[in-house]
Amino acid sequence: MIPELGHYALVLALFVALVQSVPPLVGAATRNGAWMNVAVPAAIAQMLLVLIAYGALTWAHVVSDFSVLNVVQNSHSAKPMLYKVSGVWGNHEGSMMLWIVMLTIFGAAVALFGRNLPPTLKARVLAVQGLIGVGFLLFILITSNPFIRVVPAPLDGNDLNPLLQDPGLAFHPPFLYAGYVGFSMAFSFAVAALIEGRVDPAWARWVRPWTLAAWSTLTMGIAMGSWWAYYELGWGGWWYWDPVENASFMPWLAGTALLHSAIVVEKRDALKSWTILLAIVTFSLSLMGTFLVRSGILTSVHAFAVDPRRGIFILVLLAVATGGSLLLYSLRAPTLKAGGLFAPISREGALVLNNLLLSTATATVFIGTLYPLFLDIMKLGKVSVGAPFFNATFVPVAIPMVIAMVVGPYLSWKRADLGAALSRLWVAGVAVVAAVAVTAYVKAGGGPLLALVGIGLAAWAFVGSLVEFADRIALFRTSFRNSWNRAVHLPRSAWGMTIAHACLGLSILGMTGTSAWQTESISAMKPGDRANVAGYEFQFDSVGLVDGPNFKAERGIFTVTKDGQRVATLEPERRSYSTTRMTTTESAIHTTVFSDLYVALGDPTQNGTAWIVRIYHHPLVPWIWFGGVGMMLGGLVSLTDRRFRIGAPERRRAAGKTGGKSAPLPAE
Amino acid sequence: MKRLLLAVLLALSAPAAIPALAVQPDEVLPDPALESRARAISQELRCLVCQNQSIDDSNAPLARDLRLLVRDRLKAGDSDDKVMEFVTDRYGDYVLLRPPFKATTLVLWIGPFAVLLLGAAGTFLFLRGRRGVAAGADTAPLSADERRRLDALLRKDD
Repeated sequence: MIPELGHYALVLALFVALVQSVPPLVGAATRNGAWMNVAVPAAIAQMLLVLIAYGALTWAHVVSDFSVLNVVQNSHSAKPMLYKVSGVWGNHEGSMMLWIVMLTIFGAAVALFGRNLPPTLKARVLAVQGLIGVGFLLFILITSNPFIRVVPAPLDGNDLNPLLQDPGLAFHPPFLYAGYVGFSMAFSFAVAALIEGRVDPAWARWVRPWTLAAWSTLTMGIAMGSWWAYYELGWGGWWYWDPVENASFMPWLAGTALLHSAIVVEKRDALKSWTILLAIVTFSLSLMGTFLVRSGILTSVHAFAVDPRRGIFILVLLAVATGGSLLLYSLRAPTLKAGGLFAPISREGALVLNNLLLSTATATVFIGTLYPLFLDIMKLGKVSVGAPFFNATFVPVAIPMVIAMVVGPYLSWKRADLGAALSRLWVAGVAVVAAVAVTAYVKAGGGPLLALVGIGLAAWAFVGSLVEFADRIALFRTSFRNSWNRAVHLPRSAWGMTIAHACLGLSILGMTGTSAWQTESISAMKPGDRANVAGYEFQFDSVGLVDGPNFKAERGIFTVTKDGQRVATLEPERRSYSTTRMTTTESAIHTTVFSDLYVALGDPTQNGTAWIVRIYHHPLVPWIWFGGVGMMLGGLVSLTDRRFRIGAPERRRAAGKTGGKSAPLPAE
Repeated sequence: MKRLLLAVLLALSAPAAIPALAVQPDEVLPDPALESRARAISQELRCLVCQNQSIDDSNAPLARDLRLLVRDRLKAGDSDDKVMEFVTDRYGDYVLLRPPFKATTLVLWIGPFAVLLLGAAGTFLFLRGRRGVAAGADTAPLSADERRRLDALLRKDD
């Protein structure tokens, strides 16, 4: 009964979504207030209905209702409760349900909190959100219905892929999807602005908080995914340039560019049509990511959906959303009025450079991910594009980006003095030289030259960002009390920027450290054997058998000592899940803030007396994720900025005085 | 037939390829310098029966065979380039995770730089166009004050 209620609520949500989109669009065009106002209750009703449907599906999973096909395929009565709940989104149908839940929550948030939005803009934003909802609700109901029953109901289910039965991956999809779907807000605002035919600083101020929220959660989602890969896949890699990872990385790169170009619109009323285009591109990349992962076109670890109907449906959605919005853009963008002027060397100029490099980086990942598929589909041959390609093309773009990132905040709006900006960065310059010298001395030529570049870059980003902050609060130039006061009264967005930029430096430090100086030992070990890695002694004490709720495991016990002092006891496991008949490795990690000691227990050797044991020393690796979490916090701090809480200013009556000029696009 | 075989291999190797504990202890070369060269080469080579994994990451039997092959060639005294050549002669360019520069990969290698150059050119034109606007060159009508100053300047020339 309850699954049917969920199914019914989902169908109802589809019709409510139609009501949310069509009447408000007509109302906004004819200035009919009553028709426009329908959007608000419709958005809230759509969210409630979708939540009811999602709740019904969750209930079916929690009580293990094996008369529902989705539960049979992805659950098991012995599965721990956490994974019964997270298993709802750990499969294709459920993950699309999560997608639509996020979408309607964002829509309802605009309906509830967007009180100071002009009525026509608000109606149009909600209408576009409603249209996206229509597309995805149709997709779920037609191709991916999670409420289908099976008769007769089996006694137990097939269990969830054990790789997904892990706390890191349990919470990875909600963050990732909140990010993906959050960019739909920027998209809806962009399309609404194009229909309205005006973009101004007030518009940018309304869009920025949504973009920041989406960016922060996507950052967290990607960081969690990478952390999961690090400890679960058993050899300590943290980024594989796998197409599934790239699918989430592309919207992140484009979203980062959007975040920065929206600043220019807000502060200087410039780069308007470019920002609109970026908003469209960012959400289109989110949709494309959904297509790549959900269509099964790349059969990899993450992609578990194989059904061409779904792929074609999402492709049509993508074509309608992207094609339609780009068509609207080509019609309306030339009528957008150009805004503030600036010299090439200026804050605006730096942000344009940021956008140029981030767009190039996005294009690099895009080409590398999709071109092999394109060749294959067109039967023009097969090429392999892997990590070596991306390292060779992405890194050269990323290096100047990070260098410029530190200089940009020093430049003033409109026109700036580059020499003066650089001279104020001497402390960061000294930090770079010192960091590189110390690294070169300590490592004495060990590791690739690129590692020194990475260390220098990390020092530049971290110290440079802090120096800029210190400069802003006049640290050491005035009394400490005075500086403290300044820091407290600095806008939260300034805090957010410093935190995010500095934390990117920390992430670079971690990436460099583990890529250049990791050490490992792969050997067959018997209990009692010892191995030496990076000055630590690992003693393999014993192996015991452990019974989990739905798995059996071999658990190894390792005692780690350094110079005779006990450091840690590590207990890696090798789990065998009975229902799915899969084995997973649960590596054991001991982290001192500066490095990780990592042990993974592999297969037993043929005679069964020894195990293949992998021991790694990953220097600096935790900083990748400290940095990632820090970047997310930076975004959240920025989100609490006063101007977002107080609301946007009144729109100027006369928009711009430059006359009816069209805004040329900075890059095409 | 080859395609079919590949499809079968793919289907078989899919579940096994997940918790990939690749390099086995018996493969590791005693000479650490040689071993680190072998690892570097392994990271450049694709496991042909896996999805997007290097032979260094994959525990598929074919990946192991390739790893052993690479190590054999290194032990025989081949240079890194020689080893790569040896492998591509047998398995084709598809085995390379960093695809070689050729007609079908032109887009791949030139694409990012083309985007950068086009973007830079677009930015340049945009900034120059904006400067034109700033000077009020041929677009915005002059204000009364500007007209007066212009007239004064023109008269001075006379």
